[in-house]
Amino acid sequence: MRIFHPSLGLAMALSLAAPILAHADEAPGDPAAVKQDEDGIWRDKAGDPTFKVEADGSVDWETYSGFRRYHSECHVCHGPDGEGSSYAPALKNSLKTIPYAEFYGIVVSGRKDFMNGNDKVMPTFAENKNVMCYLNDIYVYLRARSQDSIPRGRPAQHAAKPPGFDAAQEKCMNAS
Amino acid sequence: MRKLLLAGLLGATALFGAGYAFAEDELAKLQNDPKQWVMPRGNFSSTAFSELKQITAANVHKLSPAWTFSTGVLRGHEGAPLVIGDVMFLHTPFPNIVYALDLNNDGKILWKYEPKQDPNVIPVMCCDTVNRGLSYADGKIFLHQADTTLVALDAKTGAVAWSVKDGDPSKGQTGTDAPFVFKDKVYIGVSGGEFGVRSWVSAYDVKTGKLAWRGYSMGPDSDTLIDPVKTTALGKAVGPDSSTSTWKGDQWKIGGGATWGWYSFDPELNLIYYGSGNPSTWNPSQRPGDNRWSMTIWARDADTGAAKWVYQMTPHDEWDYDGVNEMILTNEKIDGKDRKLLTHFDRNGFGYTLDRATGELLVAQKFDPAVNWATGVDMDKASPNYGRPIRVKAMSTEANGEDVNTKGVCPAALGSKDEQPAAYSPETELFYVPTNHVCMDYEPFKVSYTAGQPYVGATLSMYPPQGEKNMGNFIAWDGKTGKIVWSDPEQFSVWSGALATAGGVVFYGTLEGYLKAVDAKTGKELWKFKTPSGIIGNVMTYEHGGRQYVGVLSGVGGWAGIGLAAGLTKATDGLGAVGGYAALSNYTALGGTLTVFALPQD
Repeated sequence: MRIFHPSLGLAMALSLAAPILAHADEAPGDPAAVKQDEDGIWRDKAGDPTFKVEADGSVDWETYSGFRRYHSECHVCHGPDGEGSSYAPALKNSLKTIPYAEFYGIVVSGRKDFMNGNDKVMPTFAENKNVMCYLNDIYVYLRARSQDSIPRGRPAQHAAKPPGFDAAQEKCMNAS
Repeated sequence: MRKLLLAGLLGATALFGAGYAFAEDELAKLQNDPKQWVMPRGNFSSTAFSELKQITAANVHKLSPAWTFSTGVLRGHEGAPLVIGDVMFLHTPFPNIVYALDLNNDGKILWKYEPKQDPNVIPVMCCDTVNRGLSYADGKIFLHQADTTLVALDAKTGAVAWSVKDGDPSKGQTGTDAPFVFKDKVYIGVSGGEFGVRSWVSAYDVKTGKLAWRGYSMGPDSDTLIDPVKTTALGKAVGPDSSTSTWKGDQWKIGGGATWGWYSFDPELNLIYYGSGNPSTWNPSQRPGDNRWSMTIWARDADTGAAKWVYQMTPHDEWDYDGVNEMILTNEKIDGKDRKLLTHFDRNGFGYTLDRATGELLVAQKFDPAVNWATGVDMDKASPNYGRPIRVKAMSTEANGEDVNTKGVCPAALGSKDEQPAAYSPETELFYVPTNHVCMDYEPFKVSYTAGQPYVGATLSMYPPQGEKNMGNFIAWDGKTGKIVWSDPEQFSVWSGALATAGGVVFYGTLEGYLKAVDAKTGKELWKFKTPSGIIGNVMTYEHGGRQYVGVLSGVGGWAGIGLAAGLTKATDGLGAVGGYAALSNYTALGGTLTVFALPQD
């Protein structure tokens, strides 16, 4: 697993001013949604999942779903709306520099940053269906937050649930 | 033979030379010496009241820092140090360092204990790696580590006397609460309400570390130590299977009911008191029934753990209104009669006063006027709903159902008050209560349970009550009548434990980092000082060398550091005023410092 820039670990809410230095070749690409795949997930030109915000502020279903799952599974450490906390980094900042594959890797494998007096540990979520079944959703939600494409709080409007979402959810949540 | 080996150990106070025969006598006496601070809330009754009165309402404005100490840890610092004789014992959040500091030598470190713990415990600690403090008895200092190890340290050397593992962090079971010593036992609870942990309280022998009994918050009567006939709820026998019959199937096995709050003890009644937390998950539709005995005030026999009485405040919780907050024991007159009372300020926004011998409910009133999920508590003894909250349907996340966002519920899941303990002064007969003044939107949805993983199932946004800009209040409360006597608004939630003193001064800390002194009668602010970081610790006091000192830990964090660090969410139009969304990160940064204050010497 790749080692990330150490300043990522410092990107906590209480030191939001600290800039996150990105390596250009590691940065995620253009988040613009170019096509919707057969599952209804929006993709950017590199094929990574992304968000779609309409002119009236309405968000795609995955971004809305990601908002909900983030605030169930992630926010107790990473703070509301990806804003970070005294405990864990602000993901709305982290996602400016962490591309999809690395995001996926961190969630699956966990991560440790040991700093004197301020150790940080993220567990593996590989066995957690409430995270893994919604990982794309959580990613696109945080990606949208990282681009300031959606404001804090619950998205006011969202697209309809894509056909097949419930069946896929059921299948994933009940998989052994 | 339980004779203490204390003679000449810590030595300075006359009390130590005497060699009391029983640990229970030892602490019962030590708690009456105002020069020391011998247990987390100062005394068995958890009043956090000190007889010291060198610092008074007239001179507190001269209070100045006397000395400081950095803990070396940058995390949320809850709890307070102990002072036993000439030594201060100080704890830290994970990695749970314990320092013994020599008060005769400017806080020189006499010894330091740092356990080796698997850091994988860090992410299973909901809401920061806090620790709420230490206890003392029998020449030992007791520490409840994050990984649920209870360790007894020789107070003189820091050497491990005994050590026992109480739970399993790989299942989301962690230790955050202070141990409490009552009589010959040391009590600890468990954290993990957000991980589906079926929680318990354990009682260990002070001398040996042997488990004496363990009582669960839910499960069969043999696990909860509930007697269908002898255990009562609101004066009536609870009957058989009182817990398991209120859950669907075997959901009680992952039912939560965490026990990480503050414990109290009445030696005459031989009862210990504490509260159990929220049922798991936060999605109420997924766990039908009253979910007993989550959200419950417990009275247990100190020797056997047998439940004497229980009172469930929020049956079938729909908002994460944990019942873990402190139980403050007082003797007051109600309707001209002397009563042995228990007062509890619940997360759900109600201040409860009960008869602590019988569990009879005497008063249940809102201690924040913003509370809107219930109109009151049914006090009609003839009613089938006696003792139950009278819910407002619009605020019911169960009635509104899964995938529906219930808006404008007050209080937020933080509660009208969280773990930050209140104080009580027998001189004013008032409780001094640090409170939150925050509302929320709450949307529950289906989740699956995996051991050791978060089991939450709801999303929420928090904001101040409509039109208001203060997220907290520091209030004085009359527990006999259930009325707010005065209320000081605070910009942020007040997340620090209060201290009341015979000098007529009450102390508390703020999330920006101020230590404040207010007049016990009027609430008038008399003095404040900004410490290095936000305060979520509890204020304590002691006397040494003829001077009264006031100490408090700074170090922002805990759930306050998570929920408020970036400011509240401006999610719902029209609610809250501009100042109410201030980001704590604009006021303070991480820290870990003890600051000790005293009046200047001539």
